[in-house]
Amino acid sequence: MLVPLSWLRDFVPLTHSVAELSDAFNSLGLEAEGVRVTGGGLESIITAEVVAIRPHPNADKIRLVDVRIAEGGAPIPQIACGAWNFSVGDRIPLAPLGTTMPDGLLIERRKLRGEWSNGMLCSAAELKVSDDHAGIWILPTDTPLGVPIAEAMSITMDAVFDLAVEANRPDAMSIVGVARDLAASLGVAFTPPAIAVVESPLVTQETVGSITAHDLCDRLTVTVIEGATVATSPPDIQARLTASGMRPINNLVDASNYVMLELGSPSHAFDRAKLAGGVIGVRWAGEGEQLVTLDGVTRTLSVDGTVDGVIVDGNDVAVGIAAIMGGATAEVDNTTSTLLLEIAHWSPMAIARSSKRLGLRSEASARFERNSDAEQLLAAAARFVQIVRRTCPDLRVVSSTDIRPGGVPQPTTIRLRTARVNAVLGTELDDTRVVGLLDRIGFICIPTEPGVHDVTVPSWRTDCELEINLVEEVGRHFGFDNIVRVVPSNSRVGKLTQIQRDRRLIRRTLAAIGVTEAWTATLISPADLERCGLPATAVALSNPMVAEESVLRTSLLPGILGALKHNANHRNPAVRFFETGHVFDQPRPRQKTPYEREHLAVVLAGDGDDAASAKRVLDMLVEALGVVTAAVGLRADDIGGLHPTRSARIIGTGTNFPFGAVGEVDPGVLEAWGVTRRVGWLQVDLENLCRLPRRADQLQAFSTFPSSDLDLAVVASDVTPAADIEQALRSAAGDLLESIGLFDVYRGPGVASGSRSLAYRLRFAAADHTLTDAELATVRQRCIAAVETAGGQLRA
Amino acid sequence: MNLDDLDSLQHDGLQRFAAATGLDALKAIEIEVLGKNARLTEFNKGLGSVAADERKAAGARINATRQALTHALASRRIELAAQERRVRLEAERMDLTEVIATTHQGHVHLITRTTQDLEDIFVGMGFQVFEGPEAETDWYNFEALNFPPGHPARTMHDTFQLELGEPGSVVLRTHTSPTQLRVMQQMKPPIYAVMPGRCYRRDTPDARHLPTFHQIEALVIDKGITLGHLAGTIDTFIAAYFGRNDLRTRLRPSYFPFTEPSAEFDITCPFCGGSGCRVCGRSGWIELGGCGMVHPTVLRNGGIDPEEYTGFAWGFGIDRLAMNRHNLEDLRDLLDNDVRLLRQF
Repeated sequence: MLVPLSWLRDFVPLTHSVAELSDAFNSLGLEAEGVRVTGGGLESIITAEVVAIRPHPNADKIRLVDVRIAEGGAPIPQIACGAWNFSVGDRIPLAPLGTTMPDGLLIERRKLRGEWSNGMLCSAAELKVSDDHAGIWILPTDTPLGVPIAEAMSITMDAVFDLAVEANRPDAMSIVGVARDLAASLGVAFTPPAIAVVESPLVTQETVGSITAHDLCDRLTVTVIEGATVATSPPDIQARLTASGMRPINNLVDASNYVMLELGSPSHAFDRAKLAGGVIGVRWAGEGEQLVTLDGVTRTLSVDGTVDGVIVDGNDVAVGIAAIMGGATAEVDNTTSTLLLEIAHWSPMAIARSSKRLGLRSEASARFERNSDAEQLLAAAARFVQIVRRTCPDLRVVSSTDIRPGGVPQPTTIRLRTARVNAVLGTELDDTRVVGLLDRIGFICIPTEPGVHDVTVPSWRTDCELEINLVEEVGRHFGFDNIVRVVPSNSRVGKLTQIQRDRRLIRRTLAAIGVTEAWTATLISPADLERCGLPATAVALSNPMVAEESVLRTSLLPGILGALKHNANHRNPAVRFFETGHVFDQPRPRQKTPYEREHLAVVLAGDGDDAASAKRVLDMLVEALGVVTAAVGLRADDIGGLHPTRSARIIGTGTNFPFGAVGEVDPGVLEAWGVTRRVGWLQVDLENLCRLPRRADQLQAFSTFPSSDLDLAVVASDVTPAADIEQALRSAAGDLLESIGLFDVYRGPGVASGSRSLAYRLRFAAADHTLTDAELATVRQRCIAAVETAGGQLRA
Repeated sequence: MNLDDLDSLQHDGLQRFAAATGLDALKAIEIEVLGKNARLTEFNKGLGSVAADERKAAGARINATRQALTHALASRRIELAAQERRVRLEAERMDLTEVIATTHQGHVHLITRTTQDLEDIFVGMGFQVFEGPEAETDWYNFEALNFPPGHPARTMHDTFQLELGEPGSVVLRTHTSPTQLRVMQQMKPPIYAVMPGRCYRRDTPDARHLPTFHQIEALVIDKGITLGHLAGTIDTFIAAYFGRNDLRTRLRPSYFPFTEPSAEFDITCPFCGGSGCRVCGRSGWIELGGCGMVHPTVLRNGGIDPEEYTGFAWGFGIDRLAMNRHNLEDLRDLLDNDVRLLRQF
């Protein structure tokens, strides 16, 4: 909200600097997002008269002007000027040599195209008194010469603050409300506007107004005013509206806007002659009802169950959308003489709904949405009359009608405990101080017992309903900066959970082996899933911004492939990425929200990377986490998006539950993404990975006797998983086994096609003696027998 | 046996040792000069035939010759060993600046690092870290946080709605605050919790806003917690995060439905120290986030009696903080996952 300092001064005597006022606004929660100072820095600018104009010998668009600064005085030669809107005899503002302009420019004697210029003639914009750039500011012919322009034109320094008003401050949507808050904060007097309300007998029955939608409007005032003529508003009214960001239109519209800005009560003036029956009513729109609004747009007022409030004439025909915009039919114009001024109190929710649906957010709807003051409607009408009367001296109020079906509501009263104030704010305020802070902003505090008050909320603070709202008001006016800051004594120990620590360990481990973390988008397109060979079962957004971001990712694959592609396009194809992030699927039975899991994905596109690299990364993570090696199994499978013959599901051997996949990305998918190298892929459900059994954290004693190695080359069919052979060896080796490792895989001459030779090294040791050859021979025989059972054969 | 031959024998031996070109050659020469079948050894064997009165002198002379040769042999062996080592090591010479890099260190994401830094400070202050789902029901995201249906404050959050259940009943969380409710439902006070996470708003992306962004939020609920504690905690946190004590913080009253009193908190611009610069828009302050005392209605929705306990909550954008701290001009640059950016952190 734009708030001119000069307008505030109507109600508060302010002598503070702009900086002090900005600070005061900030501390009140009315953040000064900007401030524009006008009419300052004009001390050296004086009035002058043009006495001669000559062409510039070297320039077509510049003229040479002589001026004088005293009646009949000697001319000051010569000022070069590029504006053409003045002639000899005109009075204009002159910036003499040595002047510093409001924008900081210093006026010096200088040559323009070879001719001296001894000063500058000024436009209103150059003096920052208006936005008028059209030419030199022509002053009235009776302007005295040689006097400061500020004195001659009654220009005073003004500042316009751009205040951010929060949703809980209906009062601060008006100059008066801001003035009241500011005065209380600065400790200066606040004088509300003097408005004589009663001008005609007040009618409370339905004559010129009626309400049928009580849930839309609980108070409607209608003032019938004769003797109006459309004219231009007085300059000061126009100036204030302009400074506040509103365009002056005519005296009637301007008066309505002026009252809205000053008091926070929007109003609408109809041309009564254009209203059937000269009356208005308030009701909900009917199904499919339409209206052409002031801006010429035809609007449907009831769509899909959202119904707007309408103002209707005596024939029940809509003439305006309640609180949002008037209709074109009853607009005031040059023929208007009798006004019907409507000022009402509307349901904030109804107005918010309508303005959102229609996409019409106006100064008026912004005020009604915050819940306007229902008690000053008649005062607002009287203020309107006061303003219009400046241009229409014959204005007469014929009738004032006040329809209030529910009667006058009881003001809100809230019990406030001083102890509660201090408990929330951390202050040590006494009753007197609390009452003092609330009293200045219109809250009436009646003591009921020591430390307790019944507080009556003023009608302009419709946001205050609870004790905590009052605590905030006390805090705001006490000043948050004055609250003593204390660090709470917390004896609890802060600690990350197991999975949080595991996640960090995984990130460190992956980074250490050359994998970089990426963060890819949660919102993707169904086409991305399709290109990844993944089912299109994703949860969709009902209001996406763009189709490319319309569903929730079900896998990290699309995002990471996108990252690969981006880097490949920028000549960095050999990259390795990982990501931890949430993926989403349709809700499980009886659940409302999507099935949401945190996944870890690793994509390996480094030189030489393939499915084996991905498997090695999995092994490394298992080792880093201390997961029992045997708890993780692989089951070759054809997995969506992955290479059908080079991928496996990762299973928890304890539960036989798959929780991830490892292998390579399907070449067809890579082609669809334009990635031209092998890409290793690992994906796990993070929580399931971290839940796997961990190695005991107790030291396992190892033998101090010499160990013996046994190398076994086993020939097994390609369809027999090496893991099965290893498991068979492990079982057969028994307690003496210290370690086992696959160290060579051979396919070729000497081994039947469709099979390969797997070479394992088994290391044995006994806890209490050196193994004998006989013992080793026994173990060896056991191992060979086990291999054969598992489908392998000792290589000849 | 002519003892005078010993001189020439010694002379010849010394010459041969000196002429040896390697340890292997020296070994062969050693056998010839000092071995069992060497001529010198024959002198020893011949001592028996020397007259008894001359034998002592003869023995001494033979030993002197042997000693001289043995000594020379040892010296020469050391010399040759050193020489061979020199040659061998020279052959192994390596320019350590010509090494080809094989694996590069990977990098943890800038936003992760920032989040972890923040978590660590809170953990140091005795907080626990909680995470919640990104898809939430309207109740958690809005209603329980005191945004009733139709409440104007809802328009402050442009919300992505999911095509699930009643329209608008499931949304992508617009802030991390729904996790507050989950924490309250999960544990009894005292609660000292911090909640980082990904959030979503239907905003057009620009340099300083992405529809997907990251927030971190702290929640304290205990007996006797006041706004003074909130301000004190923010001060402590800021000093720890920026590692300096000269940054001031200020609270400006504001409005959030789930806290009351509510405030925005600013810190002295860490770049200019408050004198005004480009980063802070010449104001000397940087607006960091929002905070306030947990609204009694929210406490009640979380099953906590607001008369017994009070609490505060405060949160801010992680991306914005990282941006300010690491000179990232445009958040949209994060969307590409360009390794030229990621590898810098």
